Amino acid sequence: MAVIFKQKSILPGFGLALGFTMFYLSLIVLIPLSATFWKTSTLTWHQFWHVVASPRAMASYRLSFGASLIGAFINLFFGVLVAWVLVRYSFPLKRLFDSLIDLPFALPTAVAGIALTTVYAPNGWLGRPLESIGVHAAYTRLGVTIALTFIGLPFVVRTVQPVLGDLDKELEEAAASLGAGRWQTFTRVLLPAILPAAITGFTMAFARAVGEYGSVIFIAGNMPMRTEITPLLIITRLQEYDYAGATAIAVAMLVVSFVLLLAINLLQRWSSGRRGRESSQESAFLGATLKPVLGRGEGQ
Amino acid sequence: MKSAYRKLWVFAVVIGFALSLTRPVHAQGSATLLNVSYDPTRELYQDYNAAFAKYWKAKTGQDIKVQQSHGGSGAQARAVIDGLQADVVTLALAYDIDAISEKAKLLPANWQSRLPNNSTPYTSTIVFLVRKGNPKNIKDWDDVVKPGVAVITPNPKTSGGARWAYLAAWGYAYLKSGKSDAAAKDFVTHLYKNVPVLDSGARGSTTTFVERGIGDVLLAWENEALLSVKELGPDKFQIVVPSQSILAEPPVSVVDQVVDRKGTRTVVEAYLQYLYTPEGQEIAARNFYRPRLDTVAKKYASTFPKIKLFTLGEVVGDWHKTQSVHFADGGVFDQIYQPK
Repeated sequence: MAVIFKQKSILPGFGLALGFTMFYLSLIVLIPLSATFWKTSTLTWHQFWHVVASPRAMASYRLSFGASLIGAFINLFFGVLVAWVLVRYSFPLKRLFDSLIDLPFALPTAVAGIALTTVYAPNGWLGRPLESIGVHAAYTRLGVTIALTFIGLPFVVRTVQPVLGDLDKELEEAAASLGAGRWQTFTRVLLPAILPAAITGFTMAFARAVGEYGSVIFIAGNMPMRTEITPLLIITRLQEYDYAGATAIAVAMLVVSFVLLLAINLLQRWSSGRRGRESSQESAFLGATLKPVLGRGEGQ
Repeated sequence: MKSAYRKLWVFAVVIGFALSLTRPVHAQGSATLLNVSYDPTRELYQDYNAAFAKYWKAKTGQDIKVQQSHGGSGAQARAVIDGLQADVVTLALAYDIDAISEKAKLLPANWQSRLPNNSTPYTSTIVFLVRKGNPKNIKDWDDVVKPGVAVITPNPKTSGGARWAYLAAWGYAYLKSGKSDAAAKDFVTHLYKNVPVLDSGARGSTTTFVERGIGDVLLAWENEALLSVKELGPDKFQIVVPSQSILAEPPVSVVDQVVDRKGTRTVVEAYLQYLYTPEGQEIAARNFYRPRLDTVAKKYASTFPKIKLFTLGEVVGDWHKTQSVHFADGGVFDQIYQPK
């Protein structure tokens, strides 16, 4: 660190900006998070383990993380597709569709939840036909996955869209003229370029889904051991005025999320490392989104 | 430098003066109260606040504005504990006000003995709401636990109303079996096996039952059931009154620490006293809460069917015991969902 301070940065205001960043991050992220750990520390290890490893809590982690992962994967695939269509083709009402993507962001989560439940309930527009072929959507794990997919939609689209937009069409044409097939052009030229952005979107969709409460609670059915998400378990604890128990589950969730995000980030570095040190634009973009999350202290 | 200090001083004096002006004006001409309540009392307190403001204006000349806050009873109690400046709390069960007293010391432990009738000016009970024509022929509690009957009720851990529903079922089986805890536990276990969706609050369950068309019977607050039938039309739903049910007592209290600091004690105490007057009782009855006053109860006898009511004390004990035995972590309710 000392080295960094010795060489005078060419950019003005580095010290001030760094100081402010540290202060801001502490205020917004670190202090609330450390309060969580502090509250939990009123429990003994035994009590902590009893709370976070109970069969009911384990079942809720499986559902919360499982459904979030599935939702994020669905969004990864369809998000790239949607971004592709929105960037490369022009069609009527394109602007309208483009702005629709942001709807899951803008909608209050409770409204989203009620709307989804209305549609997927056994007497709803989509629920009724699904029910007739034997698929129960609302009040099952499938319902939870649907809600988590819904709220994660914008992330992949919005991270991949600008990267695709900046990509020169000539690259594809060059690949084609050098004899690459369509599939080859996609996997060897396009995919490597958008993959880091797509993974970032995936990560954000996943992180959002894990913590989601409002939109899931209406469609989940909330049956213990079956359709109970972890955030509901936390609310239940709070309802019993068991603050320590609630934060214990929160800490468990935080640790698992952290480990998963770290793994995804390592994957990302590996994937961009494979491509050599090119496209500084993307890695800067990724770094900006992921570093605050993971606290990786890499100075430039 | 000197002039900068002068400016600061002038600024401070002006601010101080402005503040000193606003304070007394507030206290004399008008006052704003905050009533922190639970979900289904929305309509009741809308009516009541207007009536009380009129009464108080006529009596003292002071303008009163009562702000309302509604939510799950437990969540509301937590908000007050965490610093929401409630002058008065009107919650679904005494346990939640006990929690405010214990955790935040905002009111004395004996708060419930300060007003008549355990500080509950109105009561309610748990009844069944079924679909028109009662297709599953549900008459009493025993029909609710039959296999193939889908029951809608919220999660007792997150909803005050659901706790009363659970305790009503428990109490029915307990009294019927000659006070056997084992029989009562067996009964509630069968009951919750019939529940396909556990919403987090009473209104959520009503929505699931009414709008989503899920379930054969909704265990509902009597006031919610009457309101649903009134709003949605008697052509869709009907109320079934079981042979007996629980006397649900949603209590009210002044929050001492807050009113003493705000200087609103006189008006807040009057606000709660007025609930016990014939006018207050009428408003409660009109909003489907059972009044305590006999004269008003007689007048609204057609609204409230006769039903044998038992108290919580007769079937379990006080709220502390109820909470620790039934709803605490690992309690009877959790055991129902314990994987075998």
